[in-house]
Amino acid sequence: MSSANELSDSDELSAFHRLRRGLARTRAGLGRGLRALVGEGALDEQMLEDLGDLLLSADTGVEASRSILEELERRGRGAASAGEVLQILEELLYRRLAACEQPLDVSTAAPFVILVVGVNGVGKTTTIGKLAMRFRAEGREVVLAAADTFRAAASEQLLRWGERSGASVISQGEGADAASVAHDALQSARARGADVLIVDTAGRQHTHHNLMEELAKIRRVIERLEPGAPHEVLLVVDAGNGQNVLSQLQRFGEAVGVTGMAMTKLDGTAKGGILLALAAHGAPPVRFIGVGEDPRDLRPFEARGFVTALLAEPEG
Amino acid sequence: MFDQLRDRLDTTFNALRGRGRLTEDNIRDAMREVRMALLEADVALPVAKAFIERVREAALGQEVLGNLNPGQAVVAIVHRELVSLMGEANETLALTARPPVVILLAGLQGAGKTTTAGKLGWFLRDRQRKQVLAASVDIYRPAAIDQLERVADTAGIDFFRAPGDDPVRMAGAALEEAKRRMHDVLILDTAGRLHVDEDMMAEIRALNAALQPTEVLFVVDSLTGQDAVNAAQAFHDALPLSGVILTKTDGDARGGAALSVRQVTGTPIKFLGTGEGIEALEPFHPERVASRLLGMGDVLTLVEEAERKLDRGKAKELEKKLRKGKQMDLTDLRDQLLQMNSMGGMAGLLSHLPGMDRLGAAAPSVDDRQTRSMLAIIDSMTPYERNNPEEIRGSRKRRIAAGSGTQVQDVNRLLKQFQQMRKMMKRMRKGGMAKLAQSLGRRGGGGPFG
Repeated sequence: MSSANELSDSDELSAFHRLRRGLARTRAGLGRGLRALVGEGALDEQMLEDLGDLLLSADTGVEASRSILEELERRGRGAASAGEVLQILEELLYRRLAACEQPLDVSTAAPFVILVVGVNGVGKTTTIGKLAMRFRAEGREVVLAAADTFRAAASEQLLRWGERSGASVISQGEGADAASVAHDALQSARARGADVLIVDTAGRQHTHHNLMEELAKIRRVIERLEPGAPHEVLLVVDAGNGQNVLSQLQRFGEAVGVTGMAMTKLDGTAKGGILLALAAHGAPPVRFIGVGEDPRDLRPFEARGFVTALLAEPEG
Repeated sequence: MFDQLRDRLDTTFNALRGRGRLTEDNIRDAMREVRMALLEADVALPVAKAFIERVREAALGQEVLGNLNPGQAVVAIVHRELVSLMGEANETLALTARPPVVILLAGLQGAGKTTTAGKLGWFLRDRQRKQVLAASVDIYRPAAIDQLERVADTAGIDFFRAPGDDPVRMAGAALEEAKRRMHDVLILDTAGRLHVDEDMMAEIRALNAALQPTEVLFVVDSLTGQDAVNAAQAFHDALPLSGVILTKTDGDARGGAALSVRQVTGTPIKFLGTGEGIEALEPFHPERVASRLLGMGDVLTLVEEAERKLDRGKAKELEKKLRKGKQMDLTDLRDQLLQMNSMGGMAGLLSHLPGMDRLGAAAPSVDDRQTRSMLAIIDSMTPYERNNPEEIRGSRKRRIAAGSGTQVQDVNRLLKQFQQMRKMMKRMRKGGMAKLAQSLGRRGGGGPFG
């Protein structure tokens, strides 16, 4: 554990390297498979079927996979070589993902209020910790609100991240009213003239109506105290989750109006196709992707870098 | 969001209606739909493929019986094969070994191991009267050990904070502690780990070697996508898994991971995590998981219809009564029966439950006359008897039977059913009518997981 300046990432090469390394498994699965298949030559039915299998087993989902294949078939029909098909594929994936690329700009308000929501176990608190490291490294004053008052020791976990990043943590302890924690934290952030306030909330299954109501209440309390806030409602999703991510987006969207997403654990999984599924469903921007344990491995999502890293030749 | 398999198959088979036998041709079309349905439910592709082979063989040449159409026949076969592949309901943990029996929990980050450790501890203490010690060797996630301490406290089991920062030594110390304090069971919570992280997988192997646990349980999130098969394989290779716990089944995931994990590990799914509370851990029922995976059984519609048609005032009154801790009485049961009638009777209710329409003649004959005779029995009671059912003994029973034109056995049956209902209502005191309707669905064996 050290101070926030462990998070200096000015070297763009190293940034790309981190992304490449983090996506090594995704590349080994989806990327290499796509390369290998397309490398085989002409775009025939067998290849399309194999490509379909590959996309499906990367969590791309039936609908998005089908539409990608249709587009590839249409555009790739006249392709002269395998290299050309690969290029068409890369461009096609890029354009789909680019629709989800829109970095989070926290300088538009102060305090810029981020409400973080999601189902259990996706890594909300860890993501908040890493975001705090990032914003601190950018020289911003950060306040964290421990409004996950349900999970045992959730505020302790956030406190550790506060110590590590130099962000202040506002908590009231287990069992406290979550909306009241958010309220306190917002007042405190304003009093301190903080730049960013990040509100942690308890993980909840989006099928529990009353828990979703509680979330809506937190949002209302923030809105009332600070018109225009929350400036971002960030839905954290686990890249290892399957098609249910779409349902999570829909339900959390209905309850609190999701404006951006963070996708965690992309390093662990051989997948990443869920990003394509999200893109196909017109999801809000993917602000960050998590490709490793290190705070620097939570990166702004860039479609070009992602596709390039995905399809890059395996190292060595 | 997802089409139901049955709808898809019905469309596929529309043209084929009336044919008496499943042929290679129509099975091929059906299997394509089954494959899509499985993939949409997050069953891993290789598992889905193997499964479809199995179904194809089972389906070939099968006669389409009675009033089933071919689509329904295929769904029935798919369902049957799924259930058999998922294995038996099996919640038994091997607890007969010399105490302390060690239970090791392993899994990916965020699967819900710590929460599950608490629930399992509660289950063993409450249901099996075991002395349980919980300890964690998760030195990585901040406050993970604090979390287990709180959870153990909620579960009413003992907790041990092992000194140091070497997981294997910490585990050894926990085992010593369990021996010294004569615990029956030691539940060891471990850090979440990526199955591709070699160092971390080496660590869990070392923990297993040092502790020689009786039960090694793989804790897996029911939301898991295609990668479930790789994760399960890696944990299966590294550890002698004895069972699986599927968590977060209270969400709306179709839970294809259950099939993938079961197929890869070959070990039984022992429990389902079904909610936020410490007691929300239920034995695994292959039927339910299979129905849910296929998106069968329109239980949601049932709940909605129940909510729409139920007399809200009466429902509120009953709810209020239950909340106050008062017991339900026979007058309440009478109201319930009358409401059920207004919803199309028991037969109408059951038609929403999965599988019922396909059973055809084999379906249990639900007779609305039964409801009527229950009403008659209650109507033949005095208000005093309705409020105090336990007072109804021999001579009162004979009078009531005579008055309602039934037999004493019928009165007995009603009273017994009533007692069971009372127990059920007690358990769901907080729930309200939606939950009652849900539990009706569950008794049909097709509700959301648990």
